[in-house]
Amino acid sequence: MSIARFWRETPRRYNLGGSKCTNCGTTYFPPRSVCPECTRHRQSIEKMIPFQLSGEGEVISYTIVHDPAEGFELQVPYVLALVKTVEGPVLTGQVVDTAPEAVAIGLKVRATFRKLREEGKAGVIHYGYKFAPVEDSSFAGGPRGPTPPVPSGLPSRDRASA
Amino acid sequence: MREVAVLGIGQTKFGELWDRSFREIGIEAGLQALVDAKLSSADLDGLFLGNMASGSLLSQEHIAPLILDYAGLAGRHLPAVRVEGGGASGALALHQGYLAVASGLYDYVVVGGAEKLTDVSDTTGFEIANATADHEWEVVFGATLPSLWALVARRHMHLYGTTREDLARVAVHAHEMGSKNPNAHYRNKLSLAQVVGAGPVAEPLGVFDCAPLSDGAAAVVLGPLETARKHTDTPIRIAASQVATDTMALQHRKDLTTIGSTVTAARNAFRLARRAPADVGIAEVHDAYTIAALVSLEDLGFIEKGKSGAEFASGRFNAGGRMALNTSGGLKAQGRPFGAVGVAQVVEVVRQLRGEAGARQASGATLGLTHDLGGTGATAVVHLLERGN
Repeated sequence: MSIARFWRETPRRYNLGGSKCTNCGTTYFPPRSVCPECTRHRQSIEKMIPFQLSGEGEVISYTIVHDPAEGFELQVPYVLALVKTVEGPVLTGQVVDTAPEAVAIGLKVRATFRKLREEGKAGVIHYGYKFAPVEDSSFAGGPRGPTPPVPSGLPSRDRASA
Repeated sequence: MREVAVLGIGQTKFGELWDRSFREIGIEAGLQALVDAKLSSADLDGLFLGNMASGSLLSQEHIAPLILDYAGLAGRHLPAVRVEGGGASGALALHQGYLAVASGLYDYVVVGGAEKLTDVSDTTGFEIANATADHEWEVVFGATLPSLWALVARRHMHLYGTTREDLARVAVHAHEMGSKNPNAHYRNKLSLAQVVGAGPVAEPLGVFDCAPLSDGAAAVVLGPLETARKHTDTPIRIAASQVATDTMALQHRKDLTTIGSTVTAARNAFRLARRAPADVGIAEVHDAYTIAALVSLEDLGFIEKGKSGAEFASGRFNAGGRMALNTSGGLKAQGRPFGAVGVAQVVEVVRQLRGEAGARQASGATLGLTHDLGGTGATAVVHLLERGN
């Protein structure tokens, strides 16, 4: 994957920047330029605004992957899950910092910034979100984990090496 | 719109065809179909070729004129169009061929599907297959096509109590059927214990829950129904040809265990043909992953949502049942040469409706259905095929 192709998605992959339709209020990740819920799509044109996800959510399905995607060979077996965020959008990502067998539907998780994969020894390193379990007591407004989502606003490329 | 009939069918063996090139298998299937339709290439008006990934697999794009050229037809300067829709490419090509003949613009067309997957390593082949999911928001985060279907499976188990064994029965069935098909990639039978005990790919799916990567080609000749009797004693009418779509990524589905594209394509097909799921005597249903077949049987209207596992366990689809299912062996056993699959499904149903399916002939069917998916169901194609009196 070219550098530009990954770099241009960093606001989403690093910071969970989604979008919101100001016509109907539905939120999306990744951001969309047209709202699928507004049946007359023209109503939402130019009315989609940036929307920041908190990264908190719940596992709605999961699998333990043994035959990996390209670049994930050293991580097997890994857990891949669909996480329904508290804001609504569902994200696909790994669940880490836990034994695979401890993952279940309903597990509360929070997004955490991690290395996804690297393109060979000298290639680009891809970063993005994965999910880690959280205690129920810290969920939704509780103390943050060690790697909270970075606020949107700054161009994310300035923080890519941070 | 004219009525359209399948006049001829052709198919190569599916499997690891190391000694044969993409051109060779494409041409073999096409010529078989032409001969079967009692047509010569001089009668043809065009080619629609379903293919998913010749560029990634063979470093060869622009393959529709290539196949015509090596079929000896370059001098006729016929129109030739490649059609791509992931694993549903062949079925989509058939839809385009159907439209061309139904419109009256073309009279006779060949619809082919061909894919050559064993010229690359397994790893590369599966990566190319993963590209039929959403690369930017699924694959980059570690998803593979089987892992996405595993997410569907886990949800189905959670909501409806579907079991590991329920999934496995789909593969057992496929291999039972494939054992009778000389063109099948795999002709060995599998036991329930073998499927359940096989190495995991993406839990709960194991190696035997997933269709293989195969080489193969299939073709049909389409023409107007009104003159079909000149070419065959058993013209098979295309009673419906429907394409529908859904979100690219699984994460954007409102219901993880319902493929909306299948629901829509099937509903439209049955409505247009004025038929119901209960009328179908033979069906080829997408079973690239065992869970895909279970969910699809529900979405097509054959089984109530959530009950496919129990219905399969009851033996409903065993030989002699009211509806014969995947008599070819399905994608699981007959094989999965992506672009060829959707055409091969139709070839099998036509064989069955004509009564030419040999050892695996299912008795009495007059209405058949084919169902093919791309990726996790962003594209679904449903065809209804009917034998006239």
